[in-house]
Amino acid sequence: MEGKPLAVYLHIPFCEKKCAYCDFLSAPASLDIQKKYVKALKQEIIAEAGRLLKNTREQKPNNKLEEIKLSDKDCTKKEQQSVDGSTQSRISGKKNECLTEYSVTSIFFGGGTPSILPAGIIADLLAVLREYFVVLPEAEITVECNPGTLDRKKLDSYLKAGVNRLSIGLQSANDQELALLGRIHTFRQFQENYQIAREAGFRNINIDLISGLPGQTVQVYENTIKEVLALAPEHISAYSLIVEEGTPFFEKYQAGKLLLPNEDTEREMYSLTGKLLCLSGYAQYEISNYAKPGFECRHNLCYWERQEYIGFGLGAASLIQKERFTRQRELSEYLSAVETKRDTRIDRHRLEKKEEIEEFMFLGLRITRGVSKVRFQQEFHLKMEEVYGDILKKYQKLGLLFIDQDIVALTPRGIDVSNIVLCDFLLDSFPNVERQ
Amino acid sequence: MSTDQSKIRNFCIIAHIDHGKSTLADRIIEATGLLTSREMQAQILDNMELERERGITIKAQTVRTIYRAKDGEEYIFNLIDTPGHVDFNYEVSRSLAACEGALLVVDAAQGIEAQTLANVYLALDHNLDIVPVINKIDLPSAEPERVKTEIEDIIGLEAHDAPMISAKTGLNIEDVLEAVVKKIPAPGGSSEKPLQALIFDSIYDSYKGVIIFCRIMEGTVRRGTTIKMMATGASADVVELGTFAPGQFLPCEELSAGMVGYITASLKNVKDTRVGDTVTDAQFPCAEPLPGYKKVNSMVYCGMYPADGAKYPDLRDALEKLQLNDAALQFEAETSVALGFGFRCGFLGLLHLEIIQERLEREYGLDLVTTAPSVIYKIYKTNGEVVEITNPTNLPDPSEVEHMEEPIVSAEIMVTTEFVGAIMTLCQERRGVYLGMEYMETTRALLKYELPLNEIIYDFFDALKSRSKGYASFDYELKGYASAELVKLDILVNKEEVDALSFIVPAASAYERGRRMCEKLKEEIPRQLFEIPIQAAVGSKVIARETVKAMRKDVLAKCYGGDITRKKKLLEKQKEGKKRMRQVGNVEIPQKAFMSVLKLDED
Repeated sequence: MEGKPLAVYLHIPFCEKKCAYCDFLSAPASLDIQKKYVKALKQEIIAEAGRLLKNTREQKPNNKLEEIKLSDKDCTKKEQQSVDGSTQSRISGKKNECLTEYSVTSIFFGGGTPSILPAGIIADLLAVLREYFVVLPEAEITVECNPGTLDRKKLDSYLKAGVNRLSIGLQSANDQELALLGRIHTFRQFQENYQIAREAGFRNINIDLISGLPGQTVQVYENTIKEVLALAPEHISAYSLIVEEGTPFFEKYQAGKLLLPNEDTEREMYSLTGKLLCLSGYAQYEISNYAKPGFECRHNLCYWERQEYIGFGLGAASLIQKERFTRQRELSEYLSAVETKRDTRIDRHRLEKKEEIEEFMFLGLRITRGVSKVRFQQEFHLKMEEVYGDILKKYQKLGLLFIDQDIVALTPRGIDVSNIVLCDFLLDSFPNVERQ
Repeated sequence: MSTDQSKIRNFCIIAHIDHGKSTLADRIIEATGLLTSREMQAQILDNMELERERGITIKAQTVRTIYRAKDGEEYIFNLIDTPGHVDFNYEVSRSLAACEGALLVVDAAQGIEAQTLANVYLALDHNLDIVPVINKIDLPSAEPERVKTEIEDIIGLEAHDAPMISAKTGLNIEDVLEAVVKKIPAPGGSSEKPLQALIFDSIYDSYKGVIIFCRIMEGTVRRGTTIKMMATGASADVVELGTFAPGQFLPCEELSAGMVGYITASLKNVKDTRVGDTVTDAQFPCAEPLPGYKKVNSMVYCGMYPADGAKYPDLRDALEKLQLNDAALQFEAETSVALGFGFRCGFLGLLHLEIIQERLEREYGLDLVTTAPSVIYKIYKTNGEVVEITNPTNLPDPSEVEHMEEPIVSAEIMVTTEFVGAIMTLCQERRGVYLGMEYMETTRALLKYELPLNEIIYDFFDALKSRSKGYASFDYELKGYASAELVKLDILVNKEEVDALSFIVPAASAYERGRRMCEKLKEEIPRQLFEIPIQAAVGSKVIARETVKAMRKDVLAKCYGGDITRKKKLLEKQKEGKKRMRQVGNVEIPQKAFMSVLKLDED
């Protein structure tokens, strides 16, 4: 019997050099700090697993004994499976602490640049996770990498530890653009890294791209796509540049020194992405994500489908047991909190039904195949039309939503202006819930 | 307690805006020893927050102080501070009528301005003795001798011995006080005659009801006297009466001829106590009322709507409360297709409008959508009927209109000669009829024009200031009505007429105004999901058109990982933005677009 699906996110807030557009929690740091951080991460994983286990037991006080016994058995079985699979197994002496309530379906090392860490660390972290969580053998395990930080030895150790997917940030195939973005690599270096990854045996690679760069023309962007298609990655994430407050780009933008392509050019790039990728056998499955069949990023999807996920590390977000929270965003605070066994969770928020419904819609609609009315009803015991009838009709009429018996999805035009549509799914009041 | 009339001085201060009227009033109060400067809040007479902030006096304020003069006698000073703006001309004239003299404050750097003159003429009309005072002599740019000559040449007042002061620093204030004693006559009138008192202001107090500010011209009023307002006919028994100490009321037993004071008589509505009306004794009435009473009428109208439709009752309450203190404020409920439920409000002028709007927003925390101001048009219909309209939407069908008339003002503009050309061009653009020009001295001229009121209620004052680098000053009064070629300009957004955007314009400028209006709205209305035509039309004829292109893109093509909160906040912000829009048909129009008609002439 498998537990509920759970996705795990580990945040590595380190990079070689901060990019000019980046507003993620990440900064260069000494090896010493990196080590301290990894140690804290491991402690946090253990503490969190313990907490979840305790919650689970408290929720079922009558079956307490039986439950614990069951977990023992179950846990052992899982580890057997792991051994059978190709992944490394570390048999723990503390079997009864394994959390069987959940089965981990995906693990994502994000950042920052997780690949900046010394070779063995990803393996160590995965080992700790496996010790305290049930990680399914087929789980998708991704490491975000930056070109220039990869070598064969590191990649081999990833593979050995069970990493089966790489997400490499390329952003552009044009060296001038890369320099403007403040990237540490050239396109050539990327190609080399990509080659090594393929040689090492990675069969599922994502390449990140950004369109709408300052001064970018459609031709230059088209060239980037073509270069990327020539490499035939399994997955492509193509984002539009968003100038975020607090970044060097923002300052330039404020000073009027960042000449961004206009709306029309930007949209042309977006539709070009879809067209070229589609012709090469990629399907769009989310506003910014494209994949060859069967290679959709499971981890990414779980955010939009509201599957439970737990995040570890600086500022990492979680949705678990109907609660959203994130973690300390200040590195020193975070480290001391973990060290002194204080709670690292902040901004804890228990979701009300109204919020769950809103999220179901505005997150789910980002996925190209849309949301299911049937699932809506199963989950909330309300018809989608009861809650959103007018809005659905309005946007269907405007050609922004596709609606059939079960599915509600954004049309291509709806994707272009999705914020306008999505914000209407936030509810002012929610009288229907009283009837439940 | 009877007071020796010869020891009373009733006076006011007149000045152009910013010449230091309120500051001088403060100094006089301070110098007569009633308050120490520490106790004085700056400009005690301007007690509304808004008045202090804008540096203008909106309501007449009065204070009684006692001055021990150099001749050893104690004098009672009743200082009546008058509103300083043309919108409140009538109130000014009534305040003046309550005095025997006026201090004319002239800025030593700027000299005589249009309002200075207008106020002097007003004071002379009331036979006041005018004492010129040269203020701001501490300014580096002060030219007191030049200004004195100006006063003598232009106004014909002797100014060689005018006090030269700095109200700000308190320099030579004593000279002003002595001048008040020596140059302003004591009041006349007999305390034995039937009561005759002039109302120069009234305010509403939630405990005392209406408080009448009045000058006793003849007779005596006591507690218990049944008083009667001769124009409105309201009567009531006097509950309390007294004089004005700075910042407070000082009750006394009686007020007799020559005195200035207040009366409360459990009257519930300031409408019963109109400024300019005569208070008399109901049992022993005077033969006739004091001259000069007129009912002030609103000249400028606009629609005021709560930004949040649910706040309609709050807006009504707030207007009712303001009206208690402001008989000139009128309002009645109206409905707009675009803006929902609101009120058509009438004001004395644009400043009055702005003040009310600001007070509603500030003191009552209301977020308002205000439509373009309008004047009262007289419509002569083909069936012989004459209707007055204040809302362009109510204009009858052109086929029913025989002709229309609009209000005309006579305006005086004082400007330095280098800008005369620019100002004349401006007046011409605003359909002004040139009446004449007088040179006040070699460098300044007084231009006289007849202007349609609807040409000056939008932004005339701003245009005047910008085209004269701030040097022009302006004063006007309503002259009458004149027939005009006027049309209603309608604005259609996405083919639907938006009633709140309609306005009345001279036929000759309809095309130009329509074009600018469309351009302006194109800027104001954000791109939406579909293309939106914006059209200006006169009757069924479209005379201008712009298009707001459909929005191409509004998508968050960035992965925030699991941090959903951030994404939700963005959507919430966007939804909030939508709420600040008015839904007209399928189109969302930002609230500020409704005010954009006001700013058509910004170049």
